[in-house]
Amino acid sequence: MKKQILKHKLVPDHAILSKTEANKVVKQLNVHQEQLPKIKADDPVVKEIGAKSGDVLKITRKSHTAGKFVIYRLVL
Amino acid sequence: MQGILKKISQINFGLLSPENIRKMSVTKIVTPDTYDEDGYPIEAGLMDPRLGVIDPGLRCRSCGSKGGDCQGHFGHINLARPVIHVGFADTIHKILRSTCSNCGRVLLTESEIAEYKEKIGTKHQNEESINDIVKEIYTVARRDKCPHCDEDKEEIKIDKPVSIVEGNYKLTSSEVRERLEKVNEDDYILMGINPDVAKPEWMVLTVLPVPPVTVRPSITLETGERSEDDLTHKLVDILRINQRLKENMEAGAPQLIVEDLWELLQYHVTTYFDNEASGVPPARHRSGRPLKTLAQRLKGKEGRFRSNLSGKRVNFSARTVISPDPNISINEVGVPEMIAKEVTVPVYVTDWNMEDMKEHIENGPEIHPGANYVIRPDERKIRVYDETKESILEKLEPGYVVERHLMDGDIVLFNRQPSLHRMSMMAHEVKVLPYKTFRLNLCVCPPYNADFDGDEMNMHVFQTEESRAEAKSLMRVQEHILSPRFGGPIIGGIHDHISGAYLLTREGSEFEEDYVYQMIKKSNLPFPEPKNKPWTGKEVFSLLLPDDLNMVYRAEICRKCDECLRQECKNDAYVVIEDGQLISGAIDEKAFGAFSGKILDSIVKDYGTDKAREFLDSATKLAISGIMKRGFTTSTADEEIPQEAKERIEELLNMAEKRVEQLIEAYHNDELEALPGRSLRETLEMKIMQVLGESRDKSGEIAESYFGMDNHAVIMALTGARGSMLNLTQIAACVGQQSVRGGRIERGYSKRTLPHFKEGELGAKASGFVHSSYKEGLDPLEFFFHAMGGREGLVDTAIRTAQSGYMQRRLVNALQDLSVQTDGTVRDNRGIIIQSKYGEDGVDPAKSDYGKVADIDRMIEEMRIKSKAK
Repeated sequence: MKKQILKHKLVPDHAILSKTEANKVVKQLNVHQEQLPKIKADDPVVKEIGAKSGDVLKITRKSHTAGKFVIYRLVL
Repeated sequence: MQGILKKISQINFGLLSPENIRKMSVTKIVTPDTYDEDGYPIEAGLMDPRLGVIDPGLRCRSCGSKGGDCQGHFGHINLARPVIHVGFADTIHKILRSTCSNCGRVLLTESEIAEYKEKIGTKHQNEESINDIVKEIYTVARRDKCPHCDEDKEEIKIDKPVSIVEGNYKLTSSEVRERLEKVNEDDYILMGINPDVAKPEWMVLTVLPVPPVTVRPSITLETGERSEDDLTHKLVDILRINQRLKENMEAGAPQLIVEDLWELLQYHVTTYFDNEASGVPPARHRSGRPLKTLAQRLKGKEGRFRSNLSGKRVNFSARTVISPDPNISINEVGVPEMIAKEVTVPVYVTDWNMEDMKEHIENGPEIHPGANYVIRPDERKIRVYDETKESILEKLEPGYVVERHLMDGDIVLFNRQPSLHRMSMMAHEVKVLPYKTFRLNLCVCPPYNADFDGDEMNMHVFQTEESRAEAKSLMRVQEHILSPRFGGPIIGGIHDHISGAYLLTREGSEFEEDYVYQMIKKSNLPFPEPKNKPWTGKEVFSLLLPDDLNMVYRAEICRKCDECLRQECKNDAYVVIEDGQLISGAIDEKAFGAFSGKILDSIVKDYGTDKAREFLDSATKLAISGIMKRGFTTSTADEEIPQEAKERIEELLNMAEKRVEQLIEAYHNDELEALPGRSLRETLEMKIMQVLGESRDKSGEIAESYFGMDNHAVIMALTGARGSMLNLTQIAACVGQQSVRGGRIERGYSKRTLPHFKEGELGAKASGFVHSSYKEGLDPLEFFFHAMGGREGLVDTAIRTAQSGYMQRRLVNALQDLSVQTDGTVRDNRGIIIQSKYGEDGVDPAKSDYGKVADIDRMIEEMRIKSKAK
């Protein structure tokens, strides 16, 4: 029996960005890819969605201040 | 990677090998003497000129640079016999305990060794600490027999601080060193030793490095006598014993004598490193004062780290007691003349300020707007004396710098510890005043958390034009009226400002026109057209408000009625301001108090900080005028209630206590029904607490019903100036239940709180319910319970401050390098993104509406008023 962790209410939306999208994000934030916040490759959600090291994830989560907030993370 | 200044890839800690010590040494030290009869340093002595120079002018014999530029050079002492280094005695003991004295292998089986080596390998790869594994090895490797050569292992103990004992035999340092030499190099890593930088035998010293003279400078007293540093004294001791030991050994002295001297050498070397090592009597100076040796120089609050590296003393600063001055602006600070004459501001002399600066020099260091020093363009500093004045004045020309006294209008930094937030250090304008205390406006007490019961504060004077400009635009008091903590004002009216404003503006307060003009003059407000009739307080206060200010809010005195009568409120708590006119409502803490002032808040946000400072300066002065017209005082007479009320309260409390008795009886008869999730006992306790709590509240309500708004204590409590209604009812009616650990008092004797009660008694009185009021006085039992509750409160605050202080320190250390960039991202000093938008919404909390981007309801209400006013 495997828990469907992606459906848990405390797990925010994770999406893998394509190379072009990732480049756009990096350009938009004016950073190097390594300067993005990180997420470990063995993170349960990362494993679940099948992201690889070097991918950039788009995480959409609830926020106290902004309602909804998008954060980008680099998979280590 | 981009934007990285420096990256330390690795720091290695290792041991100094004897070869290394000799290599870095410039000379061997043999003579325990320092200077000869002529006062010249002796060669190969402790003050050997090759160890570096301190006197300016002389040149170093080793490096050739002048005194001051030469950082000194190490020497060395060859020890006649090896001695154990105190700092490593524990490690030596652990290593000897875990290795075989015969074959030098660690006491682990081959398979264990392989297993641990692999574990350490992975830890290394992950750049993690191997401490845990090493600790485990030291516990596992305690065997009776060596797994490699079957040699029996005798137990090795450590006799603090430096004696290693095997069985009953005390190992000599030489034997210890031999055994450490024998340890197999492959096993080093298992004991946490990096074979590249250390060998265990280096923990037993054969050569002692002698620090350069710059580390232990001698002081020349006024009498011309030389006084040596503690370290030099200790090194002299070591050299003397070392010499004697060597001579005795060469002369073939009996073993016993040699051992005694060896022991003595060990003692001196031990205390040279650490004079507070346990088990060693500290080495003392001739006067009986314990010597300050190497470890003592570094350790503790007064040590090198905490006292010289993490914190430093600074020039151009001052500290004295603070006292209030309601007549200066919030931006100002009163500086005693005595301080103003001591701390100075450097001013570049130009053609335009030449006359001015000449006047300062003319005044000299003793008369106030004077000068203490003049710096010539060649950077020579000349003290201004009566004798030198003339020549300085003659030579003064553009390019000189005059260090003139602090004067009115100078910008200084003012600070009160603990500096917990940015408002603990603000820039003030100097106002030089007589007497010896710093004077500050009462409105800036909340951000500094200052009062005048003996508090002291620090002042720092800026020394460059850039720092002054930066401080003036970023750190001035008026720029910090709004706190980033909650988006409201933290600087504002307190105490009498609040009561004063209430007395001034409440319904029915009227002032004769001539007094109104007196108040206006005092508050530095522009004179209005005369009315030729008495003014209401609201009209007077309206003079402070900007002409186009519109707002509505409920004042602090609002009783939160079920149905709000709005402008018809009989408490005058519904404040309406139309086009800068106070239409209804009294002014209290909600208007311009620190932490909650709404009018102040909206003036800062809509009209800027200059207007806000003017408003605050004038409003507080006006409020003080208002309170002075009437007079304001309080005493226990304010908490007096009629006999009838006392009887009603008495009756109420008796009823409650009876009710508690009934509950207890029901509990004993098993008639009580347990609440869900609670035991019977807990249910009883809850119900009793509830009954007693209610009765205290009700007794308070009775007392309150006899208090009117003509009562000064009540005015203070309701307007938010000082004290609360609870404080008043505790004085007048009933103090109520005392608690320890969040419940009624249960501790003390077995099954009872005090011997005055029966065992197992649960009644109100027996568990700390204080029936009396403070005014009536507490009976001895009540007093005791009250003291118990009070003590808990004290202990709690003490613990809380210590805990939150440490928490804050860790938080600050973690966050200190983060900053918000111009693009709104939060990054650390390597440019790594922490948040891609500050606070996820990009809002500066200080500029927000109490933490929110905007308060829509409030804005709509204001617009409604505005349109109605037109």
